[in-house]
Amino acid sequence: MKKIVLMGNPNVGKSVVFSRLTGANVIASNYPGTTVDFSKGKMRIDGQRVEIIDAPGTYSLEPSNKAEEVALKVLENADIVINVVNATNLERNLYLTLELLEKDIPTIIALNLWDEAKHLGIHIDEKELEKLLGIPVVTTIALTGEGIKNLVSRIKKAKTNPEIKPTSEEGRWIEIGSIIKKVEQVEHRHHSIRDRISDLTIKPLTGLPIALGIIFTSFWFVRLIGESLITYVMQPLFDNIYLPLVSRLGEILGPGFLYKFLISQTYQEIDFVESLGMITTGLYVPIAMVLPYIIAFYFMLSLLEDTGYLPRLSTLLDNIFHKLGMHGHGIVPVFLGLGCNVPGMLATRALETKKQRFISAVLLSIAVPCMAQTAMIFAIFSKLGTDFTYAPIVYISLVFITLIILYFVAGFILNRVVKGDNPEIFLEIPSYQIPHLKTTFKKTWMRIRWFLKDALPWMFFGVLLINILYLIGIIKYLAILFKPLMEGVFGIPGETSVVLLTGFLRKDLAVGTLLSFPLGTFSPMQLVIVATMLTIFFPCVATFAVITKELGLKDMAKAVLIMISAATIVGISLRIILLGV
Amino acid sequence: MEQQNISLLDLSANKKARILDIIGGHRFQKKLRTLGIREGQEVSIASKQPFRGPLTINVCGSQITLGRGMAGKILVEEIE
Repeated sequence: MKKIVLMGNPNVGKSVVFSRLTGANVIASNYPGTTVDFSKGKMRIDGQRVEIIDAPGTYSLEPSNKAEEVALKVLENADIVINVVNATNLERNLYLTLELLEKDIPTIIALNLWDEAKHLGIHIDEKELEKLLGIPVVTTIALTGEGIKNLVSRIKKAKTNPEIKPTSEEGRWIEIGSIIKKVEQVEHRHHSIRDRISDLTIKPLTGLPIALGIIFTSFWFVRLIGESLITYVMQPLFDNIYLPLVSRLGEILGPGFLYKFLISQTYQEIDFVESLGMITTGLYVPIAMVLPYIIAFYFMLSLLEDTGYLPRLSTLLDNIFHKLGMHGHGIVPVFLGLGCNVPGMLATRALETKKQRFISAVLLSIAVPCMAQTAMIFAIFSKLGTDFTYAPIVYISLVFITLIILYFVAGFILNRVVKGDNPEIFLEIPSYQIPHLKTTFKKTWMRIRWFLKDALPWMFFGVLLINILYLIGIIKYLAILFKPLMEGVFGIPGETSVVLLTGFLRKDLAVGTLLSFPLGTFSPMQLVIVATMLTIFFPCVATFAVITKELGLKDMAKAVLIMISAATIVGISLRIILLGV
Repeated sequence: MEQQNISLLDLSANKKARILDIIGGHRFQKKLRTLGIREGQEVSIASKQPFRGPLTINVCGSQITLGRGMAGKILVEEIE
């Protein structure tokens, strides 16, 4: 099958062109040996099936980071290249175009953001450009789909230009200069509303309050979407359709080993959260309680990303993150990690140096709770009801404030201790774009698939293992073993050791195990300690596997030491502060 | 009027300037150039983050955020 590769600078609307060209069946895959992902899809040209690959955005063919390396490798197998060019920024984009033409692969140019260029008073003579470059040039507005048909019909006309020979960097810029002179005219224009918004969101005085507002609103939406999905879709599904089935199965099985294993440890009424059966809690928690938030979360994040807001946030936060040994881009793994730590870990790859990646990965695993944990933390404290001194939200805030402080303190220390470079931020701030919903949905779906494929099976495996350990009595034995440690050092009941052990396999279930203890076992402050330590002490097995792959065994061992010490120090500090003993 | 060469760090917020030179190794210069920061280009400041945070500049039809260390290596002359 022929391979068509989309190449272009970052932020040129490449992925929108991609999603216009391909159907629903698109897969994101990792380039072998890396975790940089690129998307693949299929389309038909004159009845022939061809493969379309969306290479990571790159400014030149001399790679300066992992993503650009992958772009180069993807290019090696291309039969045809569609070079997506940003019409609002022709001069800079042509550098990559010239490099591509030197490769002698048949190429066609999609001159995208054509409408924008007009708005900005940039006039490009595309016919002349076509003549000068010697390859077809098609103007497109990927967002509305204009020009895409034309692009498809001309793909087979893609050709090479043997006159363009490999040259030096300077040679290319001279060539570009002469092309621009002939094809582009720029009119003076006044500031648009979009420029004003762009200004307001990047200037610190206005930008920071706006950033807080945007983050707050986004999380509010995540909650709204997540809760609605749970109330109107998941819960009815489980209560009305699944529960009768499981109850019926329970009657058939009767009391015994299998019942305990599959449905519930006790023979009371089935409770999807507390029963801890393979097909009750094991399915319900990840699918009905966690997945809705994951969907909501990644939708909002993809939306923010596609508008072009995130680089501005990175700029505003760079100062703080630089002191933590990363740069502003370090916020991205944190955001992704709040959904599920697995994609968060993978996003640390976007950071430049080993030091930055190590710090980012460690902080992510100790101080950033995934959606599963967050959902469960909310659940336990909400269960407390109103009989206690403070409202549940106070205790929940205590947990999160502790985690935020930990993120900064640990980052600050790691920055001093970890050897390596922490280069300055250097990134393009794209102009704001109206997101193309289909593209945003596709991206959301690909991220949800990470969760379904890489995290969900582990979650299921976790509950399997926990159930086996319970049934053969190992958990009870370990609980007795660790009891003195829990009571003596952290001032929390000995039963907690079970929770922490479970926590290694399934964070969400661990908090769920807490729920199944009788109400009086913990004081609310003790619960705060347990919930916080649970987050810090180990990431779930799935994340653990990914970190090991990312960092290698040696750095992983260091990371584990940091996790254990952080959990211990925070546990003891909280004991002193909250319990006063 | 004769203009002094200054670095981007010293350029005031509402002034335009032309890039004269980039100080640094070949790789560094290339990294900047591929994003449009080249000799002869017009440049202006879009924002400066406080406490020695990064600068955002308008150059070659786009905006780029870069650290102060890098900005200090870009020599410019004021033109407006």
